[in-house]
Amino acid sequence: MTAGMDFRTADRGPELWHLRLYVAGASPKSLKAFANLRALCEEHLAGRYEIEIIDLVKRPLLARDDDIIAIPTLVRSLPEPMRKIIGDLSDTDRVMLSLQVDTLSP
Amino acid sequence: MTAVISHPVPSAVSWVERPLLPKAPTGIAGLDEVTGGGLPRGRPTLVCGPAGCGKTLLGMEFLVRGITEYGEPGVFLAFEETAGDLAANVASLGFDLTRMQADGLLAVDHVNVVRADMDETGEWDLDGLFIRLGAAIDAVKARRVVLDTIENLFGAFSDAATVRSELRRLFGWLKERGVTAVVTGERGEGALTRHGIEEYVSDCVIVLDHRVIEQTSTRRLRILKYRGSLHGTNEYPFFIGEHGLSVLPITSLGLQHAVSEERVSTGNARLDGMLGGPGVFRGSSILVSGTAGTGKSTIVAQFCEAACARGERALYIAFEESAPQIIRNMASVGIDLARWMAAGLLQFHCVRPSVLGLEAHLLAMQTLVEDFQPSLVAMDPITNLIGAGQGIEVSAMLTREIDYLKGQGITAIFSGLSSGSELTSSDQQIASLIDTWLLVKAIDGNGERNRALYILKSRGMAHSNQVREFLITDDGIEFIDVYVGQHHVLTGSARASQEADERSKATALKQDIEQRQLNLERRRKSVEAQAAIMWREFQAEADIVERLRQQGSSAGEVREEERVEQGRLRSADADGTGAVEASAVD
Repeated sequence: MTAGMDFRTADRGPELWHLRLYVAGASPKSLKAFANLRALCEEHLAGRYEIEIIDLVKRPLLARDDDIIAIPTLVRSLPEPMRKIIGDLSDTDRVMLSLQVDTLSP
Repeated sequence: MTAVISHPVPSAVSWVERPLLPKAPTGIAGLDEVTGGGLPRGRPTLVCGPAGCGKTLLGMEFLVRGITEYGEPGVFLAFEETAGDLAANVASLGFDLTRMQADGLLAVDHVNVVRADMDETGEWDLDGLFIRLGAAIDAVKARRVVLDTIENLFGAFSDAATVRSELRRLFGWLKERGVTAVVTGERGEGALTRHGIEEYVSDCVIVLDHRVIEQTSTRRLRILKYRGSLHGTNEYPFFIGEHGLSVLPITSLGLQHAVSEERVSTGNARLDGMLGGPGVFRGSSILVSGTAGTGKSTIVAQFCEAACARGERALYIAFEESAPQIIRNMASVGIDLARWMAAGLLQFHCVRPSVLGLEAHLLAMQTLVEDFQPSLVAMDPITNLIGAGQGIEVSAMLTREIDYLKGQGITAIFSGLSSGSELTSSDQQIASLIDTWLLVKAIDGNGERNRALYILKSRGMAHSNQVREFLITDDGIEFIDVYVGQHHVLTGSARASQEADERSKATALKQDIEQRQLNLERRRKSVEAQAAIMWREFQAEADIVERLRQQGSSAGEVREEERVEQGRLRSADADGTGAVEASAVD
């Protein structure tokens, strides 16, 4: 397993993280989630991430694509498999664990 | 969006003079009657019950009828099934969801919430759901919303407190949007719903149930509460038929049948006579009850034949015999049903009672009646339905059936098997529903069994209180007066022998009287003869006396003459002294 992972990492080079954050307008929870996410990414994934903010108030139909009902929701679309984390991401350790930042990006 | 639109309330619900609350008619057969016009407009209604009870279908039909019948587009937010599954599931009921979606009248949104690929950290809310729902509502300009089953959210999130507060906010938000919502919920242990969402939806709660009693499943619906509105409080059976849900409200809701003064013949002049002449009222319900083999079916068949002979259509629902068997049997007593079948005036519907649940029977009957439009419906025998349900359910079903038929002005004749001479409990349960009750009974005695009929009751008409014996002859039913003696009623050969006995007694008496009259005449003649003789004797005597009297007086004259002559002979003195002596001699 470890060998396979090494092989994959080695093969693809540094992995690109694609993160989508669904928010509803500039609500306190949304702002807080965005701030928490950016801090985490800068610390652990600097240079290897992109964050897409989707404001459902402006683009409500996009909610169906990732089956969003809770706000804020963070979707990690890359690396696969897809993960979802809801909430304001205030518990950094929990977010790290959930996104598997350490295991996927040592 | 404040709802001021008032919808007409079905006329059957007369106790709702005017809707106290604006209502959104569901279009579901029967449900609008028991809710007094529909669900509370602009408010959420909770529909809860166990799995498979028909919650989703009720919600879907509410939307579909809203679109097709009331011009109100709708949104279906599905937490359990995908849009494709939903469309496939209701396609068999004739609901074309894909088409409605294409026409922009219906939005179906499947919300897939799985906890496995989701983590929670920190605060969140359900704004995403609100936005999705809001977008769907706006897209089709929805007036109706169904959330099926919203409680699945509790399974998706570990933070139940947030789900709770968000649901409370959701229902408030739905009210603000002025949409009429149906929220379904799974029945929980000791509570209406598993997560107690009835706490948030307090305007109207409908409980569905699905019970199996004696291998027969029955779906039931009950309006648990309906704030600000009158509603039926009973459990109403409902049925998922070919065209969706049918709630079958019970009679008590509407006793508003138009009644007919018209009388229709029973098919037997003598029986008509017992019912005061012209027969039974059109649209009334008639029960013929009795023990096995008393001729109930024959009477029922005769009613059918009479209807067909008038050119009317009759529907014969048989629970224990097949149509060919009934036709053959009735032909043997001179009732030709095959002729009326060929003429298209008679239709048979033969089905075992256990094949369907009671509600299905009722619905099948209603469908048949709607298709065939008969003026007479016969059910033979209704007691067999007890095999398909419990006594009280059977009577409830019959109540609805009679109610339905009366509402249509259709005459209904039922036969009922009773066990023994006493009225059975099933008889008693439906007794009050029946307008004319004919009781046929077998009278045993002298080694034979004879049939007798009497009218137990017949509302609104003079009717005979007499027991009539009836014979099933080659030409149908024939009624005969029974022998009513001082202490007993005789039928059959006992009646015949009693009558013969009476006849011979009468003859003997007559002969006796004749004899006595003859004797008297003879005596009179003899008395007259004797009187004549005595009269003649008397006359003779009288004649003698007269003769003697006449003789006597002439003799006196002679003597005077003789005395004068003697005196002259004796030369008596002139003063007549000699005459004195002569007189002394006399």
